[in-house]
Amino acid sequence: MSNEIELIKDPGLPEHQHRRADLDEKYAIRAERQVAILFGLSALGTLLTIYSYIWIDTDSFIFIPIMGEVNSHQLFLGLGMAMALFCIGAGAIHWAKTLMPDNEVIAERHEFRSSDDERAEFVKTVKAGAGAAGLGRRPLIKRSLGLALGLSGLTPLLLLRDLGPLPKDELTKTSWKAGTRLVTDPGDRPIKASDLEVGAVAQTLPELAEGGHRALSDIAKDAVLLIRLRPEDFNLDDERLSWTHEGIIAFSKICSHMGCAVALYEQQTKHLLCPCHQSTFDVTRAAKVIFGPAARPLPQLAITVDSEGYLIAQAPFNEPVGPSFWERSS
Amino acid sequence: MTARERIAGNVAGYVDDRTGAAGWMKKNLTKVFPDHWSFLLGEICLYSFIILLASGTFLTFWFDPSQREVIYDGGYEPLSGLKMSAAYASTLDLSFEVRGGLLMRQIHHWAALIFMVGIVVHLLRVYFTGAFRKPREFNWIIGVGLLTLGIVEGFLGYSLPDDLLSGTGIRIAEAIIQALPVVGSYLAYFAFGGAFPGEAFIPRIYTVHVLLLPGIFLALITVHLMLVWYQKHTQFPGPGRTEKNVVGYPLMPIYMAKAGGFFFIVFGVTAFLGAVASINPIWLYGPYTPGQISAGSQPDWYMGWLDGLVRMSPPLETHAFGYTISWNILIPGLILPGIMFTLLALYPFIESWATGDKREHHLLDRPRNAPNRTALGAMALTFTMVSLLNGGNDIIATTFDLTINQMMWFSRIGVLVLPPIAFVITKRLCLSLQRADRDLVLHGRETGRLVRLPHGEFIEVHEPISAEKAWTLTSHEQLAPLELPEFDAAGVKRPQALKNKLRNRISRATAVAVPKATESERKELEGHH
Repeated sequence: MSNEIELIKDPGLPEHQHRRADLDEKYAIRAERQVAILFGLSALGTLLTIYSYIWIDTDSFIFIPIMGEVNSHQLFLGLGMAMALFCIGAGAIHWAKTLMPDNEVIAERHEFRSSDDERAEFVKTVKAGAGAAGLGRRPLIKRSLGLALGLSGLTPLLLLRDLGPLPKDELTKTSWKAGTRLVTDPGDRPIKASDLEVGAVAQTLPELAEGGHRALSDIAKDAVLLIRLRPEDFNLDDERLSWTHEGIIAFSKICSHMGCAVALYEQQTKHLLCPCHQSTFDVTRAAKVIFGPAARPLPQLAITVDSEGYLIAQAPFNEPVGPSFWERSS
Repeated sequence: MTARERIAGNVAGYVDDRTGAAGWMKKNLTKVFPDHWSFLLGEICLYSFIILLASGTFLTFWFDPSQREVIYDGGYEPLSGLKMSAAYASTLDLSFEVRGGLLMRQIHHWAALIFMVGIVVHLLRVYFTGAFRKPREFNWIIGVGLLTLGIVEGFLGYSLPDDLLSGTGIRIAEAIIQALPVVGSYLAYFAFGGAFPGEAFIPRIYTVHVLLLPGIFLALITVHLMLVWYQKHTQFPGPGRTEKNVVGYPLMPIYMAKAGGFFFIVFGVTAFLGAVASINPIWLYGPYTPGQISAGSQPDWYMGWLDGLVRMSPPLETHAFGYTISWNILIPGLILPGIMFTLLALYPFIESWATGDKREHHLLDRPRNAPNRTALGAMALTFTMVSLLNGGNDIIATTFDLTINQMMWFSRIGVLVLPPIAFVITKRLCLSLQRADRDLVLHGRETGRLVRLPHGEFIEVHEPISAEKAWTLTSHEQLAPLELPEFDAAGVKRPQALKNKLRNRISRATAVAVPKATESERKELEGHH
């Protein structure tokens, strides 16, 4: 007896098991019929699709449990299509599984590695080819070609330059100026302090000059949220307090994190929440970040009222609004 | 010879006269494909890609990729008279005026989700069974490329309708571009043709979405499939299956019928979803404007884990010398995903470096027999799942009556703590399963039949397992750990000492295994009975 460990042996491919349809023509005929029924159902599905497309009114609705009121035109169009496609597939697979020969076949697999001779030949060919081109012997050609190819890669980059203008200082500026009236969005009505009750929130934009146009890119920087608290709720330094008016405080609505609209105001906690990444800002403390990924408070807009009692900006924002960028200095 | 056979012969002859392909065709029409349900996952991706091409082409006939402002006067009353982009208005028209338009939109969106699920699950199958090993490393890299492009393509696709939800997604993408050090604001201005949102972005991403990326997809998928074809499919271990053969069914007719049929099944299921399951109802969101948003803004799931990482990021920003670096955006939005995808792409090379295994592999591993790899996969999966969970933290918090803070802190801690725990547990589980396999081979299957012996002892009757099963459970090889020299003959540290030490350690960790059962042990046990 040897001490060598004997491993469990490969018993080889198990014997082929015949299916019922292989042995008995009766089952084969049954399988054939089943396949034909599936293909027939598919044809019915296409008919349903055609019927729905032409004869079911696009405005008709049907009540389906769980789904509720559903547009029946779109529902039956889709169900017809689904049935037509699915049954072709089911039929084909049933056909393959019951009637096509199911003998497992063994194919040989060969290692990808070529013979040593062939590999040597290959290396020789490459060397000979490279030698004939003379790249190794003529460094001048190699280097100048490298230069030429490298430089030619710049052209596509250069051509992309006119995709857009340079940002200049646009990211740091908004349309707000000293004296700009705050107007409601939507509606463009100027707002008086008395229009806002304590606890109220209003979405505002800078008033447009006569005949002016407001692009979405303006709204993306100018949107301002007005919130009215009781003046004693504030926990601000004197300067920031002087930027409020009778308990009304104004912040940029564009999140200092990634630019979403900070639209969720919780009246009881006096927190502003950005629905994108849940940065939470405390309104009573000049929108200080108290939670979430934002690193900076929302910029505060200094407001006051003009001679007619309408809310206006005291001054432009004193810092860029919206998400951070490289050139931002604070 | 029947008429039909004659026609078939003529067609084959016609083709061969002009291409000389008879030999090649004969060989390839009888090409053998191994059968396993998990090999269908890649097929699902291919088929949903075809569905995407077809349904997408349909959508382009009506969709107007323009951010030109229009006043809506179409059939959907609640938005009547509102200002919106032509892109949004034409998507509404597609949904309400074009017969079958909404169905096609929903089929397209569902197919995209299935495409991405298919890719991820296919990737997991390939990873956990070790199908990426030599000679299939290139195909693995192509697969990782397809996954990455799929995420981008999906994001661009659902951004096209310019609704309030997708516009918010574009805003976030703009913030990521803008956060790049030095060039960020320039790149953002170039990408958007000026200030966000401008009127250039949607036409541009439209070209990328319908032309550039599908073209690259088509090329990569072709190479991916050609390599599968040429290298032949891997197979699971089993009786009669070796590294030197492929056991399965021939392409013609079985595989053609099955694979072709499966295409129609995937298409049928997608059409069914498109018919009954509403997806991305953009008319409920309204047109995009930067000043508004709806609560519960969520990206599609394959972006969700990225969004979750961004959400859990601590508020880090550096301000120095008049410049700003937003770590809270760069780390979760670019650096971490960059590292993750790079590691993913390089994994086959890392593993073969660590194990020193440079041989070809065509037999798949059962995940339990590669505990280290399986545990690493579980670790990466846990990381991604926690991130994904956090991407829906607001929805989860409102659904389960939690606060957003609890969710966020769970994720912040969990994303660091849970993956290593998952590693340890998975590795233990794998080893336990190996032990179970060993017991099964040595002692047989528990039958649940209790027998009382004459002297009063109760025993459970074990039934020996079949020779096929015993082979399947023991055919894997168990490699000894590497023992790379750290010192040369004279006892002096070699220059690669540190590297070799590291490789030895990883290799030792990889080689941990429960010794598989052998015939000798079986015989010895029989002797005892």
